[in-house]
Amino acid sequence: MSTAFDILLNGVALGSVYALVALGFVIIFKASGVMNFAHGSLLLLGGYLTAVLHERLGFYAALALAVLATALVAGAVDLILLRRLDPHATHVLTILTIGVDIALMTDLTRRIGGDLLSLGDPWGGSVSTFGGSTVPHTRIASIVVSLLVIGAVFAAFRFTAWGLSLRAAAEDREAAALMGIRLHRIRTLAWCLAGALAALAAVFLVAFPAPGLERTTGEIALKAFPAAILGGMTSPPGALLGSLLIGVTEALVAGYEAELSALGGGFGDVAPYAVMLLVLLARPNGLLGEKEAIRV
Amino acid sequence: MPGSPPAGQPVGEPPEPGQSGVLRIERLEVTYGRTVRALRGVGLTVAGGSVVALLGANGAGKSTLLRAVSGTLRLHGGAVTGGTVRYDGRVLDGADPVTAVRSGVVQVPEGRRVFGGMSVEENLRAGRLGLAGGLRRGRGSDAAGARAARERVYGLFPRLAERSGQRAGLLSGGEQQMLAIGRALMAAPRLLLLDEPSLGLAPMMVERIAEVVRDIHAQGTSVLLVEQNAAMALALADYAYVLEVGEVRLEGPAGELARTDEVSRLYLGEAGEADTAAGADAERSAG
Repeated sequence: MSTAFDILLNGVALGSVYALVALGFVIIFKASGVMNFAHGSLLLLGGYLTAVLHERLGFYAALALAVLATALVAGAVDLILLRRLDPHATHVLTILTIGVDIALMTDLTRRIGGDLLSLGDPWGGSVSTFGGSTVPHTRIASIVVSLLVIGAVFAAFRFTAWGLSLRAAAEDREAAALMGIRLHRIRTLAWCLAGALAALAAVFLVAFPAPGLERTTGEIALKAFPAAILGGMTSPPGALLGSLLIGVTEALVAGYEAELSALGGGFGDVAPYAVMLLVLLARPNGLLGEKEAIRV
Repeated sequence: MPGSPPAGQPVGEPPEPGQSGVLRIERLEVTYGRTVRALRGVGLTVAGGSVVALLGANGAGKSTLLRAVSGTLRLHGGAVTGGTVRYDGRVLDGADPVTAVRSGVVQVPEGRRVFGGMSVEENLRAGRLGLAGGLRRGRGSDAAGARAARERVYGLFPRLAERSGQRAGLLSGGEQQMLAIGRALMAAPRLLLLDEPSLGLAPMMVERIAEVVRDIHAQGTSVLLVEQNAAMALALADYAYVLEVGEVRLEGPAGELARTDEVSRLYLGEAGEADTAAGADAERSAG
């Protein structure tokens, strides 16, 4: 059953990349109650910076710089645009992120044009063969790196002062403020972290066997959006689970396209949203979403 | 960078000697949304090492006064529009909550507001997040202080120690109130602001909370106690204030105040609602 194994591995690899993006959605949502529609263009920014810098600096330095720069841009969105506004008006802030997305995306589209950029990752097109299955090294790298990074973020949630502050502020802003937690600072740091994760995700999203970075790469990232929602939007483990579900679904649909031809071509693009709808019909709060179940 | 020593030391006015740990509120005016005046010229003092009760009906401005001290008015669209709030000579009006916490003033919010999705232990850890160096320094010298604070809290509330791993949202109402108080004590406050700690609790639990307030006071922490349960508050306090529609109506030593007709009629439940307005206007002598 080499195809089934291939498909599963593809799905998990894809899911692990989505998880980086979805985790960013969730962190921002927890910290500021905002759905960040600019996430796709932040991801594109990270990818673009890596692409233009890697020839001069080498891949790792370029990536580090891109991750840092994207984190700063994301933090600046919060610091410059959102902080001035009423934090309760989350719908206004959310719409504002659409504006940021359009501005950022327009400029990046202008720069990238019709090009297909390589990020110069060290894995290239290399593959290994296990029992008849051909496994691209990029897949393995994406799973390993995502696991490590997500593990680190989860540990930060649990054990660091920042993580604890973020969770406390997400649960009850006023009570958190009364503890002396600086809500603004926690929120800006959350945006920075989400930006950094998006920039990292860009590498694996466009690595082999994908052709490379193009101006539409940011849109692909929005598949992580249903992943975050069906995970419950406020739950990092939920986002992880949702991402894997979406990744595997997408791989399955792509792998069995011939058998699914009755649904028409291109069903793979719709599948994440179909899964999201089905899950939300059964569990309106998402897989691991908080039901407001607190005793008073 | 914020995080350096809290701003707002008044110029040329050092804390008066022998008056350390005094909360002094003078002619305080608070306005919500630029139009609704919630407090008008309120003066209130909590001497170091005392328990002061703040009584009053719903909407009298009790919570507003606490917000002005703890720096959370802004979260409710309010602002101090006149007067001063000082703790130990340090200006708190207009300052952010961090300044209050680092000055040693910590508030337990009304309705407990524990972090329900976090464990009891994590709630207590959260109580120390506002202290200097919370985010940057984190470990090290802070660890000993945290341990001492936690031991104090578990000593006061053995129940919390038993349930340290449990989610706070699953505790009973009384246990949540204990956790809310314990969480505030983690910051080792010198002045604890308690907003309606007995609200919605069974009589036995109210009794227990009263004991706790006594213990906390005995350990050297001053308490400003906002209560609708006047009997409990007056039994605990040295001094008391009665707020009415944003103004101080009455004040005096708690024992004296409890014996006045007005307070017993209005707040100790010896008269019907109909007398309220007339009674309040009639007597202003106890202050």
